[in-house]
Amino acid sequence: MADTNTMPYIGRRMKRVEDPRLIKGLGTYVDDIRLPGLIHAALVRSPHAHARVVRIETAAAKAIRGVIAVLTGADVNASCGAIPCAAAIPDLKAPRHTVLASDRVYFVGHPVAVVVAIDPYIARDAVDAIDVDYDPLPAVTNPEAAIKSGSPLTHPDLGTNVAYTHVMAGGADIDEAFRKADKVVKHRLYHQRLTPMPIEPRGVVASYQAGEQTLTLWTSTQVPHLLRTLLPAMIGVAENKLRIVAPEVGGGFGAKLNVYAEEALCAHLAMRLNAPVKWIESRRENAAVTTHGRDQIGEYEVAVKKDGTILGLKARTVADLGSYLQRLTPAVPTLTGLVLTGCYRIPAMKMEVVGVYTNKMATDAYRGAGRPEATYLIERLMDVVAHECGVDRVDLRLKHFPSPGEFPFATACGLVYDSGNYQGALMKARELVGWERLVADRDAARAAGRLSGIGVSTYVEICAMGPSKAMPAGGWEWGCVRMEISAKVTVITGVSPHGQGQETAFAQIVADRIGVPIEDVVVLHGDTNIAHYGRDTYGSRGTAVGGSAIVMCVDKIIAKAKRLAAHLFETTADHVEFERGIFRSPGVTTREIGWAELAGEAYVAKNLPPDLEPGLEASSFFEPQNFTFPFGTHICAVDVDRETGKVSITKYVAVDDCGPQINPLIVEGQVQGGIAQSIGQALYEQTVYDENGQLLTGEFMDYALPRAEDIPEYILGHTVTPSPVNPRGVKGVGEAGTIGATPAIANAVLDALEPLGIRHLDLPLTPERVWKAIQATATATAS
Amino acid sequence: MPIPVRLRVNNIPRQQEVEPRVLLVHYLRDLLGLTGTHVGCETGICGACTVLVDGKAVKSCTMFAVQADGSDVTTIEGIATNGQLHPVQQGFWDCHGLQCGFCTPGMIMAAVHLLGENPSPNREQIAHGLRGNLCRCTGYSHIIDAVAQAAKSPVASGFSRTGSEVARG
Repeated sequence: MADTNTMPYIGRRMKRVEDPRLIKGLGTYVDDIRLPGLIHAALVRSPHAHARVVRIETAAAKAIRGVIAVLTGADVNASCGAIPCAAAIPDLKAPRHTVLASDRVYFVGHPVAVVVAIDPYIARDAVDAIDVDYDPLPAVTNPEAAIKSGSPLTHPDLGTNVAYTHVMAGGADIDEAFRKADKVVKHRLYHQRLTPMPIEPRGVVASYQAGEQTLTLWTSTQVPHLLRTLLPAMIGVAENKLRIVAPEVGGGFGAKLNVYAEEALCAHLAMRLNAPVKWIESRRENAAVTTHGRDQIGEYEVAVKKDGTILGLKARTVADLGSYLQRLTPAVPTLTGLVLTGCYRIPAMKMEVVGVYTNKMATDAYRGAGRPEATYLIERLMDVVAHECGVDRVDLRLKHFPSPGEFPFATACGLVYDSGNYQGALMKARELVGWERLVADRDAARAAGRLSGIGVSTYVEICAMGPSKAMPAGGWEWGCVRMEISAKVTVITGVSPHGQGQETAFAQIVADRIGVPIEDVVVLHGDTNIAHYGRDTYGSRGTAVGGSAIVMCVDKIIAKAKRLAAHLFETTADHVEFERGIFRSPGVTTREIGWAELAGEAYVAKNLPPDLEPGLEASSFFEPQNFTFPFGTHICAVDVDRETGKVSITKYVAVDDCGPQINPLIVEGQVQGGIAQSIGQALYEQTVYDENGQLLTGEFMDYALPRAEDIPEYILGHTVTPSPVNPRGVKGVGEAGTIGATPAIANAVLDALEPLGIRHLDLPLTPERVWKAIQATATATAS
Repeated sequence: MPIPVRLRVNNIPRQQEVEPRVLLVHYLRDLLGLTGTHVGCETGICGACTVLVDGKAVKSCTMFAVQADGSDVTTIEGIATNGQLHPVQQGFWDCHGLQCGFCTPGMIMAAVHLLGENPSPNREQIAHGLRGNLCRCTGYSHIIDAVAQAAKSPVASGFSRTGSEVARG
């Protein structure tokens, strides 16, 4: 690696150390794991959204040569505990979520039986040979209808479809704000249901070592440590007998931060059948039974003065939770309430969230989790308010930004934003996009009869999750750094990267700080037998929280090494200087000691000071005192084809401030990937269930991910505002693109349609939806 | 009833009895242990399973192993020569053309095929040529950069046009 042999590494566009194995096809994903005697599980799943299970006929399946076992809920549920929800919401009504369905099924894809066979093809044959007799029941599919009296019930035993009603309010008195208002701007938005669709579906391999009574579970997960904490109660294996391995994980996006039925089931089967068991999710299963995201219907009211000054914001959200609570299902809509006021000084807020059960797959985190919803609604509302008050939408935003000197900035939602310069990011984005020219071009296009629009989104988000007091399972991170006897450095992190590049970023941090070539640093993660503790990867926490734990470890090692060096120099530690891997003691001796010599002394341990332990290893828990709050401005220009309704993005500028960047190449990749998911959300993607609860978007044919041709060329810029809450000042960037970009695109399309009098369209802005809206205005004009 | 299948995979002759219903991708992964070729959708849409069959990009989840009888198959494991990364692999590394890496082998094989058809594509042609491959992580920009870089390499385009002839030499 020619570009890697000089320090400092931090701040450089270094290519990733993860990549050689992946570009050669030598990465090990779950489906690549082969064990002697491996047997294969496949699941029988409900084709109904809601039905009574009358009878399951398994004899034909059991008779197939190669079938080892066929088990139903009656066989498994008594000895396999319920799937946990970790969200702490007061007065939450929750159904018991068994691993396999008992006498009822509650969503399409609900597993009713499991087959185990010597070969995955035979397992699927056996699934087809199982005959389940269902008695269909009315399906609950519309969450707003579901909370009205007389609605059929998703879970009759709960007596209601409402899982919870949660009210968040803060800042000034909200009623007073609305009394003082000159105007109340009202708006309704639907944040559509989305399917995360990592390209690798989920998969599990479970292996039980009967002698040791230990269980190893390889699973395509973002959260191996949380699984190690939560699975013991389900499968009856103690935490210290359970090893979870997240090998290469082919994308997560929030869909893999859960405890899933198949993980517990495969563990159970491996013990029950005394053989290693593999289950690999098909794409159709992934679309149906891996958590979905978003799905919030919101009614919003904004109290404004004539000049556009916003006094308060009220929101009522109906969140479609699906039929069960997965790990964070009910918490995600409440995250929306935490950043409801966006990057604006809005003195009063109140949000009521009603979580509703329907006969669909559970929603849970999807890249951004709660913040894209908040950002989409506040950024749409800013445009609507600007229009209704007759003020410029950029001026309206600028007017409500806190100034850089006002940070830390306490919001009405109850958070304290760590640091920010929202004006700086907006101005930089305007400069990069060539704002005046862009507006002139749009106006000229409009004058020529074309539909051309510009959208702006200024966002702030919550990253580096988070302070333990705000996180159900704790929000610290653990790390360990070991200077080996050979002066190679082993770094172990409790975060579980799956594409975010922390093997590289952490190596950059450690190599610089400890002063060794980056090639000498290895970063390990994702195996609970190696990374003993951790809180894993989600919420853009890897580098900000996990990296901070690593920095603490390095500093402990350097401090210890200084004491050893002082002993060798025959002086005291305060007379030892350390720079780029060399220890010196100017004025005491001209001798220099490098890591090779020092590590040798530390481990051979023949000449240590009496109070110094041998070895050079440190572990640390880093507890963040606050979240971090990255921010930025995205500006998007679009053309809309009047004849087809097709939206083309003609220009895209993103200025993101994630604090100091460890590796700008990786940051760029995170931002670009996030924006692409936003393009999907804004223009193409929607998870659709019909009125019977049938999933209509069950694979890539029906669920439209953006392709290479759908992506514009981006102009990316950044500003750098360090966070005061961690030692490197980093904020996090994993979700920025999905948070900032969706409203920029939506606002641009609605700006393009503004001359036609179209004030709002829900996402996705597919050609069909846009074309119909254009046609409706044409019809209205004609009549 | 298993039937014999003879083919060359990454220049190694292979002869095996294979059930007629076994997909090429499962033959490569499960019988030959070439797990670099991934299964992402089983419907030929995502392209994670793309390999070259007689120099042409094929989604190996939509082809039976028996249909490949007599063919020359190249997988991601077979495109580096003498330990040297293929220019497309090098491009993906240099340009950060991958994140989780799951779509990457198929994406690289599709790009190798693309450069065989059009040795100097512009960005639009690269995007068009990769329309059969989905990536959920990168947003494609860096992938296009990677292929554009590879296109500048003199040996990038020779590969798929001549099947594995280049690899043999």
